Amino acid sequence: MAAPMSRFAGCARQRDLRGRRIDLGGGLFRVVLLASLVASVGILAVLLVDVVNGGWSVLSTRLGDFLTGVLGSRPERSGVFQGIRGSLWIAIFTIVLAFPLGIGAALYLEEYAPRSRFARIVDVNIRNLAGVPSVVYGILGLAIFVKSLRGFTGGNTVMAAGITLAILVLPIVIITSAEAIRAVPASLREAGFGVGATRWEVIRHHVLPYAAPGILTGTVLALARALGEAAPLILVGATTGFLGGGPGSLVDLGQLTERFTALPIIITTWAGRPQEGFRALTAAAIVVLLVVVLVFNAAAILLRNRYEKKRR
Amino acid sequence: MTGPVFDVHDLSVYYGQFRAVRDVKLQIFGNEITAFIGPSGCGKTTVLRCFNRMNDLIESARIEGTVEYHGVDLYDRAINPVEVRRRIGMVFQKPNPFPKSIYDNVAFGPRIAGMKGDMDEIVERSLRRAALWDEVKDRLKSSATGLSGGQQQRLCIARALAVDPEVILMDEPCSALDPIATGRIEDLMQEIKAEYTIVIVTHNMQQAARVSDRCAFFTTEVNELSDTRTGMLVEFDRTETMFSNPADERTENYVTGRFG
Repeated sequence: MAAPMSRFAGCARQRDLRGRRIDLGGGLFRVVLLASLVASVGILAVLLVDVVNGGWSVLSTRLGDFLTGVLGSRPERSGVFQGIRGSLWIAIFTIVLAFPLGIGAALYLEEYAPRSRFARIVDVNIRNLAGVPSVVYGILGLAIFVKSLRGFTGGNTVMAAGITLAILVLPIVIITSAEAIRAVPASLREAGFGVGATRWEVIRHHVLPYAAPGILTGTVLALARALGEAAPLILVGATTGFLGGGPGSLVDLGQLTERFTALPIIITTWAGRPQEGFRALTAAAIVVLLVVVLVFNAAAILLRNRYEKKRR
Repeated sequence: MTGPVFDVHDLSVYYGQFRAVRDVKLQIFGNEITAFIGPSGCGKTTVLRCFNRMNDLIESARIEGTVEYHGVDLYDRAINPVEVRRRIGMVFQKPNPFPKSIYDNVAFGPRIAGMKGDMDEIVERSLRRAALWDEVKDRLKSSATGLSGGQQQRLCIARALAVDPEVILMDEPCSALDPIATGRIEDLMQEIKAEYTIVIVTHNMQQAARVSDRCAFFTTEVNELSDTRTGMLVEFDRTETMFSNPADERTENYVTGRFG
């Protein structure tokens, strides 16, 4: 006896459970996704191989000399020590200024500020600031930290540059931290308030630890951005010419008010030099910059993993 | 102690312009279990959250009328909501343990309250009262999120008991649990009611009939103008009266399962 449904061809009851249907759209989608991944990773790999290959003659023969040497006019004796020092100072300024300020601002926006029109305007503006070209921050740094606050920063110094870059990445830190804080489940806050915790205790013991991995991800991005910027540094007076003092030590507070340089500046300058020898130096300096960024990122990721483990 | 623990007069709660619940008048008595029943959206949870100022966390929420706790107006300007919540604990609908160890979950409240005494003892006593001690005593340092749903909810009860409150507010504490876990929580409520006053919101009429001494039935009325629903209290009485001989027809329809 035929079931009444069997009048309809291909109806669910009649379908064969075995065999494969070819899912053309799904298969195609998968291929496109894989292609995107291969393309992105491929480009990165080509860049890396090219740079390492280009700088290999320097990295393999005089690595120590290159890292500890100072800038010079002859390629075979030039080194990036001052650049590493400048970039480290910039990283320190970013960590000391942008991180606490940014996380604090995000906490206030998310946890304390009333949901008013004003708060929304501030929020939108911070998002816009994150998209402002870095040159604009360079001009700001030149006008404020180099010129107006000369008495404090000493003019074209690494201190002026560090503060400028800290402000450049501040919106990124605020946005990513605010997003991480917003992702903390409301039930967790309620649980804290429910046992009689104050707002500060809820934030300190529950919101911040829960949001920490997300906040750290944002700070990694911000730090990498600060270390890679060249344009604002040119405006606030980074130089590859006359640098005061000798090699000096890596972290020497006297350096704060001296002329300075940084790895991205050295890279742009060397890339423009006509002599053949600087080509390999440029590639080697890029490798050094990548390693510096990687070290900071690795530290932040290790820290993030610790917090993520705690969260479980 | 004489007199009711809570005395609610003409309480209305608004979210912005929207009136979520209106004109609630009831008393909660000490060492009793009071159940709030009624269909979804009738304002049971909203009223419950007025008892420990939890609605303060919602920016647009405001109340009219008074909620008195031992004769003190909880919404008086001088009242500190943090102190209120230390005296009046809460257990939520979905188990929400902190993503920390079992021990730290229970110890958090006493620590921030600055409670004196041996913390290990406070944790053990709270977990015993919540009938969870035997199951977790060997893994106090492991994460609370690894517990089953029923265990997590009992942990949340232990966490609430740890600060030694007078009242425990329970917002549908069993709605995410299976019948066995539900039974354990209900037994637990009976055991602790000698020391605490319990207010429980529940969707489950059998649960209200089983555990509660008094019962408040809420329902909704549709506002003709704005097509919104406002909750209201229909009847409040001893549970056996509510279930055997209710005064209001709507209560009878609800408890006999003809509506809702």
